[in-house]
Amino acid sequence: MITTAPEPIATVPATPGGRAWRRFRANKVGVTAMAMVIVLAVVALVFFVFDRLGIPFPMDPDATNLERKLLPPNAINWLGTDNLGRDVLSRLLNGAYISLTVGFVAVFVSLFIGVIVGAVSGYFGKWIDNLIMRAVDALMCFPTFFLILTAVALLGPSIFNIIFVIGLVSWTGTARLVRAEFLTLRESSYVQAARALGQRGWKIIFRHILPNAAAPILVTAVLGVPEAILAEAGLSFLGFGVQPPQATWGNIIADGKTYILDAWWLILFPGLAILLAALSFYLTGDALRQAVETRSERQ
Amino acid sequence: MTSFIIRRLLVSFVLLFFISIISFFIVTLTPGSPYPWGELNPKVSEEVKRVFREKFHLDRPLPEQYALIMRDLFTGNLRSIKDERPVLEKIAERLPATLVLNISALALSLSFGLLLGIYGARHAGRPPDVITSIIAFIFIALPGFWISYLVAIALVDWAAVPILGTHTIGVAFTNGAQIFLDGWWHVMMPASILAIGGIAVQSRFVRASMIETLREDYIRTARAKGLDENTVFYRHALRNSIRPLITGIGMLLPALISGAVIIENIFAYPGMGRLGYEAVLERDYPTLVALNFVTAALVLLGNLVADMLYAVVDPRVRLE
Repeated sequence: MITTAPEPIATVPATPGGRAWRRFRANKVGVTAMAMVIVLAVVALVFFVFDRLGIPFPMDPDATNLERKLLPPNAINWLGTDNLGRDVLSRLLNGAYISLTVGFVAVFVSLFIGVIVGAVSGYFGKWIDNLIMRAVDALMCFPTFFLILTAVALLGPSIFNIIFVIGLVSWTGTARLVRAEFLTLRESSYVQAARALGQRGWKIIFRHILPNAAAPILVTAVLGVPEAILAEAGLSFLGFGVQPPQATWGNIIADGKTYILDAWWLILFPGLAILLAALSFYLTGDALRQAVETRSERQ
Repeated sequence: MTSFIIRRLLVSFVLLFFISIISFFIVTLTPGSPYPWGELNPKVSEEVKRVFREKFHLDRPLPEQYALIMRDLFTGNLRSIKDERPVLEKIAERLPATLVLNISALALSLSFGLLLGIYGARHAGRPPDVITSIIAFIFIALPGFWISYLVAIALVDWAAVPILGTHTIGVAFTNGAQIFLDGWWHVMMPASILAIGGIAVQSRFVRASMIETLREDYIRTARAKGLDENTVFYRHALRNSIRPLITGIGMLLPALISGAVIIENIFAYPGMGRLGYEAVLERDYPTLVALNFVTAALVLLGNLVADMLYAVVDPRVRLE
């Protein structure tokens, strides 16, 4: 039907997604932040491949050289060297994929749990909703980072455990959001129609309601990535992150803190990397939120 | 109001039950040995292990362990694996320092968050708003441990700000005012750093709520009456931002306590966060269970107080 309709006014995209994308592109901060996210992802991927192929570029991140230890930034080691003479720039680039992997996969885990729990709670309502929401309330009372720290420390720090634990404790926000969307959407006429046609609950949830709640879910997902990145950095700093010799942004700072008065470059650069990564995700997420919130159109 | 409080207390008890189960199972269901000396240490005899297991009820089935831990927790008999001191005593020791740190950080977050949020809303959509928004997101994205070190290096030399503990070591102040000022001087820096994220979150929250309020009919009426923009903004709209201020209490508390785990470690601040980190290192699971339980209960209490404050400040909210 849409295809046979006369051409809409050329400048306004026909789909809500297209209109949101147009609003997003008009937001300079958001576009810049998203470009930074993409650059970061490419850098992380490229240096991950270098690492697996054993290409020492710009240098081998794990090669020690005690004759060149604790050097300030210079022509050979652009960001200086650490206490074992390892090149800080190489270690930063090599550690990038850890942060991003933890960020993306942990968010995927938390979305998976949060969407299912929220959908069940919001769609079925009644005592199921009540029980689930009380459990969510209880989980939200915990200081999240301490919960993560406890679980990771007891399970043993590995990248798999860190991702799993962060995902497992950070789904509550998503669940609440999805539930709220479902509470309004399940009363809408198209859901009533689907129900009148005799469709099953699960089919209605995943085929009819969920796609219409996709925009806010996408926004929470993007905003969840920096949370996970910061949690992983904090864990690494406390010694419960991905273990050495693998470089992570958090453990470069943790190792460097002993030399804080002599070697500022060991603290400054990895911290800037964490800050920039987290900031670009937050700004992208916020711009996306503004673009999909139709109410902000009126502003 | 009374019936509301009673109902909320009942709900809180249900939540505390969930909370205790979650904190118990996180500690017990994770693999790994609870023994302080490691599972396979050949120097520890079977007899010692058996006595240890019996003392901490590790030989019982899980549901029974849970019941015993909860019983011991409420009767004050739950003991730490590390030094066998009652856990509640250890927590009570750390509680005052934690409260001082977190309440200071909360106060800083709410007040500066309010100022930043008002400023953003006043200039909504214009460059000052965009700049304060970016600053807010930088604040949220700052890793607390990193900025602690940078600020510490900068301030120790320049302003001789103390970076360790809660009081000056080796000086016995007798004057109450001196003790107070010394404590304040020590808590100032950890509290400010802890508050950075909270300020940003709160400012976003206040800004959004102010912008929402500015769309209300009564604001349009006020403008139509010919009031100048400042009166409309500060006299009419600002009053409604007391609500996000209160919501902020419940929202920020868990995040602050989380942040305190790292900040307390860096500044050697003897609070509950540091106790928790020490317990994690030592696999001291009775302390971990109790600590998770107590902090969650504190957060719950904060939420309850916030809900009651709502009813006090906002006549539209009726608690039933």
